Amino acid sequence: MDNGSGSCLKCIDLTKIYGMGRTKTLAVDHVSLEIHNKEIVSIVGESGSGKTTLAKLLLGLTEPTEGEIYFLGKKRDISTHKKRLEYWKNIQAIFQDPYSSYNIFRKIDDVLLDCINMRDGKNISREEKVHMMSEACRFVNMKFEELTNKYPFELSGGQMQRLMIARVFLLKPKILIADEPTSMIDACSRATILDMLLKLNAEEGTTLIFITHDIGLAYYLSQTVYIMKKGRIVESGTAEEVILHPKEAYTKRLISDVPKIREEWDLSTVVYSTE
Amino acid sequence: MKHTLRQVFHSGKFVAGFCILVALLLLIAIYPLFVKGDPLAIIGQGTFFPPGTYVNTYDSIYAPNTYTLNLKDAAANRIAQRLPEKDREEMKTWLVAYGIPEEQIDVNDIKALLDIWFENYDPNESLGMIYAKQRYYQRLNDSIRNLLSIEGVILAEKNPETGELQEVGIVNQTDYVNINEVANVRVLPLGTDNFGRDVLTELVRATAVSLEIGLVAGVIATLIGLTLGLLAGYIGGWVDDFIMFITNLFTVIPSFVLLILISFSIGQEKRGAVTIAIVIGLTSWVWTTRAVRSQVMSLRNRDHVNLSKLSGHSIFYIITHDIFPYIASYVVMALILQISSAILAEASLSILGLGPRTTDVPTLGLMMNWAMIYQAHIMGRWWAYLPVIIMIALITFSMNLMNTGLDQVFNPTLRE
Repeated sequence: MDNGSGSCLKCIDLTKIYGMGRTKTLAVDHVSLEIHNKEIVSIVGESGSGKTTLAKLLLGLTEPTEGEIYFLGKKRDISTHKKRLEYWKNIQAIFQDPYSSYNIFRKIDDVLLDCINMRDGKNISREEKVHMMSEACRFVNMKFEELTNKYPFELSGGQMQRLMIARVFLLKPKILIADEPTSMIDACSRATILDMLLKLNAEEGTTLIFITHDIGLAYYLSQTVYIMKKGRIVESGTAEEVILHPKEAYTKRLISDVPKIREEWDLSTVVYSTE
Repeated sequence: MKHTLRQVFHSGKFVAGFCILVALLLLIAIYPLFVKGDPLAIIGQGTFFPPGTYVNTYDSIYAPNTYTLNLKDAAANRIAQRLPEKDREEMKTWLVAYGIPEEQIDVNDIKALLDIWFENYDPNESLGMIYAKQRYYQRLNDSIRNLLSIEGVILAEKNPETGELQEVGIVNQTDYVNINEVANVRVLPLGTDNFGRDVLTELVRATAVSLEIGLVAGVIATLIGLTLGLLAGYIGGWVDDFIMFITNLFTVIPSFVLLILISFSIGQEKRGAVTIAIVIGLTSWVWTTRAVRSQVMSLRNRDHVNLSKLSGHSIFYIITHDIFPYIASYVVMALILQISSAILAEASLSILGLGPRTTDVPTLGLMMNWAMIYQAHIMGRWWAYLPVIIMIALITFSMNLMNTGLDQVFNPTLRE
């Protein structure tokens, strides 16, 4: 789907193999996809389907075994620390488990200061930095005065993920990869977090790559949906196309697995994977 | 961090180990304040003087005051000490041969034994013994009679002009001196060693030196192990392969053999305590490297490390801020274990005669080495080696206790 704003991130035949010989695992198998500016894309699949590995490949945290990644039309180059730094100014992530995402020895101020230092350098006055941090906290409905001098583990899971979003707000990257940001959080906080991600997309124009196992969530959020199974993209298209008119049996199964309110959950439609 | 410190002192094992170590350190610090002088000074002419209080005989004769005490057991104690058990057994043999029923004779009841002896002994009775044996019994009888005399010892001085002996005084059996009034009294709680050195003074100094060696060796081993482990674990790839190749090389060659070869090639004259410590440190980092590496490998793919990468931190920053704090507790435990094993390594090395030079410093291992060479263990001179063994055991025991205690604090699954 092209909304008139060019290719942002593109990968061709991306493959990642873990291990070797008998223990060889094909985590990501010749995945090709193109993500446009300011778009919201969902990658949906079961656990173990290679979503997180794909996210790490796109982030540049692991090296692909095969395949190429193009960023803003040019081949991605992250061979030196400086180039990686430049790349990571443009692409950021929110991880699945907020409890293990933070260094337990560093305070919240340090986490946010890192972002300011990375984006704007260190030559900013202390007042300016505090102002920026308070603004970021306000964006995620938190108060900087209450967070300062605290450690991340003193917060709740939802608050930690919101702090993650505050990080992204400070860094203002072109792309945000959210790897199941709500799967470890209670349902009440979930809507808040999704809302903030959408706000980030609307106000800052951040391209959002949303990785989830919940196809309902994908439908609610995104314009484009990719369905992943065993490291391969099995179906892709606009959200309406894929979810309202699925072609693949795997997609249908994912849809049938979503529990619906005020509807008897028909267990007969649940198809168990036999493979 | 404060919280962790407080938790550490809630572990009984850690506190017990810590107290033992602190007690030893206090002993090392305080003892030299009271007993001054070179711990290696040779004070005794002869080997292995037994533990006890040594009173200068000359000074005790010329003590300012003599006191007369009439103590009931004094005579019996004196005879008991001067009539050794061997002689008492011989007396029993004669009496049995003479026809006294064996069960009537008790060699431990000296008074009764002497009564039977004076009642029955006849120097002219041969009892079919050879002449030499008869003479022996006659001599024994004479000395026993001497023992019973109540006369004192006459002190005489040589007249410098005529060369004649002049009586200057008499020391009676009931004469006593107050030990506080004797000019020279030396307490040797653990006697002397084969060189005639005070064992306790030497032991305190040796403990300090051994702890120093352990600390230096432990810190060196831990630093090398930590650096290599962090690099191998975090960077991976060919760096990991290279470091693990060297580590495996050192694992395959037993480090103690390496230790022996290196110490031997350094030569007796050049081996000081610090040299030995460095050699021990350089050969014992392998275990720490492997342990740190495996810990780091499990950490490097954690999300907080990924987040740090995404925040633009350098490898050095990530290793020092995102990896090291997570394994710091583990490294402290490894350090404690390295210190105690380095002390043991020094002791083992020294007992083989490959320790530091003897003339410089005493170490626990060297003390055992000399005790062994002079056969203290065969001759029953327990004070030369037993306190050393106990000291080594106490040090390693306290450190291992601290290690286990820390393990309990940092690894919640081990808590009781």
